Amino acid sequence: MALFDMRLQDLHNELASGKLSAAELTEASYKRIAETDERIGAFLTLNEEGARARAAELDRSGAEKGLLHAMPAGIKDNIVTKGLRTTCASQFLTNYNPIYDATAAGKLNAAGAVTIGKLNMDEFAMGGSNENSSFRPVRNPWNTDYVPGGSSGGSAAAVAAGQVYFALGSDTGGSIRQPASYCGVVGLKPTYGLVSRFGLVAFASSLDAIGPLTKNVEDSAYVLQAIAGHDGMDSTSAEVAIPDYVSSLTGDVAGMHIGVPKEYMGQGIDPKVKESVLAALKVFESLGATWEEVSLPHTEYAVAAYYLLASSEASSNLARFDGVRYGVRADNPDNLLDLYRKSRSQGFGQEVKRRIMLGTYALSSGYYDAYYLKAQKVRTLIKRDFDQAFEKFDLLLGPTAPTPAFRIGEQIGDPLTMYLNDIVTIPVSLAGVPAISVPCGFVDGLPVGLQLIGKAFDEATVLRAAHAYEQNTDHHKARPQL
Amino acid sequence: MTQFNTYETVIGLEVHVELHTASKIFCGCSTSFGAPPNTHTCPICLGHPGVLPVLNRQAVDYAMKAAMALNCTVADVSKFDRKNYFYPDSPKAYQISQFDQPIGENGWIDIEVNGETKRIGITRLHLEEDAGKLTHVEGGFASLVDFNRVGTPLIEIVSEPDLRSPEETKAYLEKLRAIMQYCDVSDVKMEEGSLRCDANVSLRPWGQEKLGTRAELKNMNSFRGVQRGLEYEQLRQADILDANGTVVQETRRWDDAQGKTFAMRGKEESHDYRYFPDPDLVRLFIDSEWKERVRASIPELPDARQARYSAEYGLPAYDAAVITSSKKLADFFEESLVYTKDAKAVANWIMGDLLAYLNQNNKEIDAVSITGQGLGEMIGLLEKGTISGKIAKTVFKEMLESGKLPQQIVEEQGLVQISDEGAIKGIVEKVVAANPQSVEDYRAGKEKAIGFLVGQVMKESRGKANPGLANKLLVDYLNA
Amino acid sequence: MSIGMKDVEHVANLARLELSVDEKEQFVGQLNAILKYAEKLGELDTDGVEPTSHVLPVTNVMREDVVKESLSNEAALLNAPDDEDGQFKVPAVLE
Repeated sequence: MALFDMRLQDLHNELASGKLSAAELTEASYKRIAETDERIGAFLTLNEEGARARAAELDRSGAEKGLLHAMPAGIKDNIVTKGLRTTCASQFLTNYNPIYDATAAGKLNAAGAVTIGKLNMDEFAMGGSNENSSFRPVRNPWNTDYVPGGSSGGSAAAVAAGQVYFALGSDTGGSIRQPASYCGVVGLKPTYGLVSRFGLVAFASSLDAIGPLTKNVEDSAYVLQAIAGHDGMDSTSAEVAIPDYVSSLTGDVAGMHIGVPKEYMGQGIDPKVKESVLAALKVFESLGATWEEVSLPHTEYAVAAYYLLASSEASSNLARFDGVRYGVRADNPDNLLDLYRKSRSQGFGQEVKRRIMLGTYALSSGYYDAYYLKAQKVRTLIKRDFDQAFEKFDLLLGPTAPTPAFRIGEQIGDPLTMYLNDIVTIPVSLAGVPAISVPCGFVDGLPVGLQLIGKAFDEATVLRAAHAYEQNTDHHKARPQL
Repeated sequence: MTQFNTYETVIGLEVHVELHTASKIFCGCSTSFGAPPNTHTCPICLGHPGVLPVLNRQAVDYAMKAAMALNCTVADVSKFDRKNYFYPDSPKAYQISQFDQPIGENGWIDIEVNGETKRIGITRLHLEEDAGKLTHVEGGFASLVDFNRVGTPLIEIVSEPDLRSPEETKAYLEKLRAIMQYCDVSDVKMEEGSLRCDANVSLRPWGQEKLGTRAELKNMNSFRGVQRGLEYEQLRQADILDANGTVVQETRRWDDAQGKTFAMRGKEESHDYRYFPDPDLVRLFIDSEWKERVRASIPELPDARQARYSAEYGLPAYDAAVITSSKKLADFFEESLVYTKDAKAVANWIMGDLLAYLNQNNKEIDAVSITGQGLGEMIGLLEKGTISGKIAKTVFKEMLESGKLPQQIVEEQGLVQISDEGAIKGIVEKVVAANPQSVEDYRAGKEKAIGFLVGQVMKESRGKANPGLANKLLVDYLNA
Repeated sequence: MSIGMKDVEHVANLARLELSVDEKEQFVGQLNAILKYAEKLGELDTDGVEPTSHVLPVTNVMREDVVKESLSNEAALLNAPDDEDGQFKVPAVLE
């Protein structure tokens, strides 16, 4: 078995027994990247010098080796890494050299992981196809004519292509789960507040969450274990006890009661995707779980509410990119106003400008109540849908995306259609609850993802169900031919 | 001057007070004043990508304390909002402030102008972060930004448009400053910018209810600047109205050197701050326990102290008002009273020599070395007759400069009053011998001549002779 | 509510974006389409519904007033596009 096919636990055993070194693992990553990334485009910045020095240091150290010790990791390029260029895939930050580490990045370091490089994405995490990277698009490892999804497309593609053993992504309206689904990997969006947002370049602050992309559910549990937990640097970080996620992977789902939102299985969902989901339900039945249909009646309003809320917050969050303290400043501005306008217009791509425009409009005088406040109230209704469903069910289940990946260029120029790809991930983000996407089959040679949604801070149940499903299917074992 | 008979001036103030927490409102950088540029900054206050704010508890406590001292109702639920605007001194391009749920609302303070008490309403008090500091490079082509000050906690105190003159405004500001000082929430130094004030000024014909169009006045950096700026603006608007013109609603900048206000360019565009709740911060629930804890920390405020000084020590209302207008002065007064029981004497020294010296040198009490103990003990020495009133003036001056205690000054400079009859008698004989004309005048019935002779005795003794004793011995000698 | 060219120009100015005529025209169309889609929120009666700005029931998060080490001047200016005398330099701010 190739190194990049192995579970973190197996690699750890090899390392612990001395059959494998951190240096060898690191080199294997860079070798794989050299072989494949010209076609995939997952990486924006490689940390070769830093990673090699780090691996050598880890090999020398006699300290106790945790599970992530020496594991090559990729980090989405909107998670700030001290001294390692962080661009958010934006021209504006082409040369940005962070002066601090994101909490999640710091925790990975502390756990012994080796940062291989920074991963491509839609600019400032705005997009669902990775075509909005202002450097180059990422391609789907299963078929390079297709998009990998987004915005964490680089993270999903790098894991699918075996370039790194796991990656961190960020999810605002589906940006971990949807690319995981398109690329056939496991993507977990934790409960809002479980993983610190400190150092995650904000897109929509009330929705953003950092989470792992991995080859399997067990790896996902290990990575989540390393990055979860309260952080005094993030006022919206939750003070909750963190369970041992790996020990919750018992394989036992007998008696679990699963709700299937009928809105997630209706209009707009590719029938073949629906088939894969129904087949997954059969697996759960065979394991002793029960399921029934449930309604989340406000689902159809989620996309509209989401785009108003997320764009409004983004318009404010991205105002700091003004060319005064960092980033690319336009040449020879006539005056201060000109400096702002030119730097921002030259630095931002179309999708970013579009959302800034939408958000600025929605917050502007006279429209706040009609748009932002209204969307916040609708958010309350959507959250109540979930609260009510979870009174009855342990878990909700549906597809991660309405379709498999689409062709590069197919949806460009039609933002609204693109936004509707997120119809089954966005409500979950608005409710702030955790959800995972696990591979559940293929349609026309492209992966399809199954979405499992849990109660707030009940990642353990989500992981347990996903793991039980995975252990009784082979979808996660399939690898793209590269 | 006819204008003042024609128009009534209406003024409302927005006062910004820097809270003197040790660290900034949303990060751990120091708030201390005067460090080299950009050395009290971090990724958070520089607004780097990915950073998040965490609220300083002390800043909230101070804001609540100030709100209570200004008789505001403190909110049960408060939150922070983003005020969005681009400016180089604002690193995030939004200021974290409070929009619709401020810490305090509906307060008031009493001011006294021309012996009359007037109540000025306070609309609201909210907590926000300060901006950085911009300086203009010579030549005018560039500006430089120092972010040391950014993130210093501020409270903004908005008054009702209850003020009717520059004098009332000055009295309001002074009272506000005193209350902040008493509460110990701020250094309230206008010259260091820890107390800043913008004014909304409008004129209307007497008897008219509707407010006139207002101008917002900025950059008045001293109490005197506030008064002058308002006086100027009053005349400017009256001139416009007299000529049947219209006052333009705009922001104007007070230029202290030129003594004029100017419309500010660059602030012309209409503001649309797009306030919305800051999603990076969570709501504050302020329960009664928290409120009570803060309330208990509020010391006796100026009005209460003033009343007590009148009642307890019998000080005239005016003296009590002046002494309590500054907490440091009032504390100095009380410290003196630990060392002497004569409150009136202490008040007289403060109202006289001390304030004269401070005003002359444009200093505050904490900028001179004299201590309350020094003044109290000096008054004790006067009572005992150890020093004369004249020597006391010398001792007092020395205490202002060196801070030494009076006993030490008296000893070092040999200023102890001479009350030894023999020693004074010797001087008397010398003076009588040297001034035959005055002696003759006295004996001829010119009683006044004795005053001159006593003065000569004092002069000869370098002020140390006990004046009463000198007088008695002189009279005895001449009548003998 | 429908957005016109003037609205787009006003919003672009608030957001400090300089848009070409093509971009403006494109945004008029796209923003109208998105806002028209968003009108469906109006179907819902939200009277008496509390707005959700936070999904977490977290309140009163505060830190103690403790001074932490600041960055060096060099680190603060590390990414500055232009600086002078230890400060960030920008075109003159008019007053």
